[in-house]
Amino acid sequence: MFIEAKQINKVYFDKNNKPNTVLKDIDLSIQKGEFVSILGPSGCGKSTLLSMIAGLVSSTSGEIIVDGKKVVKPGKDRGMVFQQAALFPWMNVTENVMFPLRKEMSKKEGLERAQHFLKMVQLSNYPSHYPHELSGGMQQRVSIARSLAMDPAVLLMDEPFGALDEQTRSRLHGQLEEIWIDTKKTIVFVTHSISESIKLSDRIIVMGTRPGTILTDITVDIPRPREQHRQQIAALEEQIMGLLKTEIDKVIDEEQAYEAGS
Amino acid sequence: MKPAVKRIIFFAALIVFWELGSRFELWHETILPSPVSVYDSLVAGFADMTLVYDLAASFRRLLIGLVAAVIIGTGVGILLARSKTADETLGTLVLALQSVPSIVWLPLAMMWFGLGEGSIIFVVILGGTFVMILNVRTGIKNVDPLFIKAARTMGSNGLDLFIKVIIPASVPYFVTGARLAWAFAWRALMAGELLSSGPGLGYTLRYASDFGNMSLVIGVMIIIGVVGAIVDLMIFQRIENNVLKRWGLET
Repeated sequence: MFIEAKQINKVYFDKNNKPNTVLKDIDLSIQKGEFVSILGPSGCGKSTLLSMIAGLVSSTSGEIIVDGKKVVKPGKDRGMVFQQAALFPWMNVTENVMFPLRKEMSKKEGLERAQHFLKMVQLSNYPSHYPHELSGGMQQRVSIARSLAMDPAVLLMDEPFGALDEQTRSRLHGQLEEIWIDTKKTIVFVTHSISESIKLSDRIIVMGTRPGTILTDITVDIPRPREQHRQQIAALEEQIMGLLKTEIDKVIDEEQAYEAGS
Repeated sequence: MKPAVKRIIFFAALIVFWELGSRFELWHETILPSPVSVYDSLVAGFADMTLVYDLAASFRRLLIGLVAAVIIGTGVGILLARSKTADETLGTLVLALQSVPSIVWLPLAMMWFGLGEGSIIFVVILGGTFVMILNVRTGIKNVDPLFIKAARTMGSNGLDLFIKVIIPASVPYFVTGARLAWAFAWRALMAGELLSSGPGLGYTLRYASDFGNMSLVIGVMIIIGVVGAIVDLMIFQRIENNVLKRWGLET
């Protein structure tokens, strides 16, 4: 297995020192080149799990292996795209994309590489723009180019299109699918949108909440491009919706109980 | 109406009222000299070069003091932001000293550095340093954690992360710190000069006061205000606005 999470548990202690289990007994394996979505309601720990693969968060117990190596800290073999583009505002587009490259190659090589990936996200006309001059969708594309430029084995995406409007999101779905087919990267994509996960991924890991566990692992065998298979998409969407409904009810019940108690 | 036009009309009206008040002797010339006599004493001051030398001397002290304040402030600010122990000890001292007007250090400074340049520059440095320290500290502590996370996933950590990401990310605070340091240093400089020997704008102001030359007193006050406003508006606010815009902190 290319990415393997074994018996991952994550416990936080809140301010009253009460343990709060965020992730419980997570076992997950992902193959090289797979596009996997992690889908679940907010609070299910899906972003925490992704941050663990990135090496930004440590687990309470269990281990994660990526490409044969145990994850202990962040590394360039795992590129991450966040919900906010996280571009450095003091650098222009090209400089941002070159940021992860500056130590391992000459400026000239880095520049060529940056240009190549900016072309891939269709932003080759904006090399000297600064982040504040770009729309949210464009910023996110630069952020994707920046991650791809360091040629990671895995691309981790944490609700990357969550903050964008519907049309932009839909266009970026198409672009991401093309990039994935071109580069054959392994992509782990965290989302709370059922339709987004069906549209993009080979496999959907559905997570439940409180504590965060894996409910089910669905293989999406709808041929690409998927827009043409509306019926299959709708059927799958309904199936997942049913699965998640009890989970969402659980969140709402708990919130109401909390409000009533406070 | 454009703001500039409004401003011109406002100041013109103010000066006309002031001049008319003097002409109709609503107040006595020795208490509040008329704009015309203020203008005359300014012209005379510039013609015999006193005010030119004063400006040069004041700016020299200010520049030395401000540069030192920014350098010291940046260094200590970084220290406070990075070391919890330093913040809990030295940080508290800085906070306490910041509320002490720097001019009250002058008696001590005179004991240490004598009556001349040294003590004034010392007071100017103190005037600017504390506010710079506090801004740099805040800036470094307030760097968006997302920038740090993103940089770490791109293989940056330790000193590289600090120099390439944390420092540039806090530049807006550095600029605000420098701007406030300038404002405090300018006030400290004038106070210091009032109490010491010349040349310098503050010194000339006191000299004029000793000889009852109120029109020159007002003239120097106007120079102090105009210089302050011009430097703030033309230099610091301009840089600050550019930086805020570039850093996406202003829409």
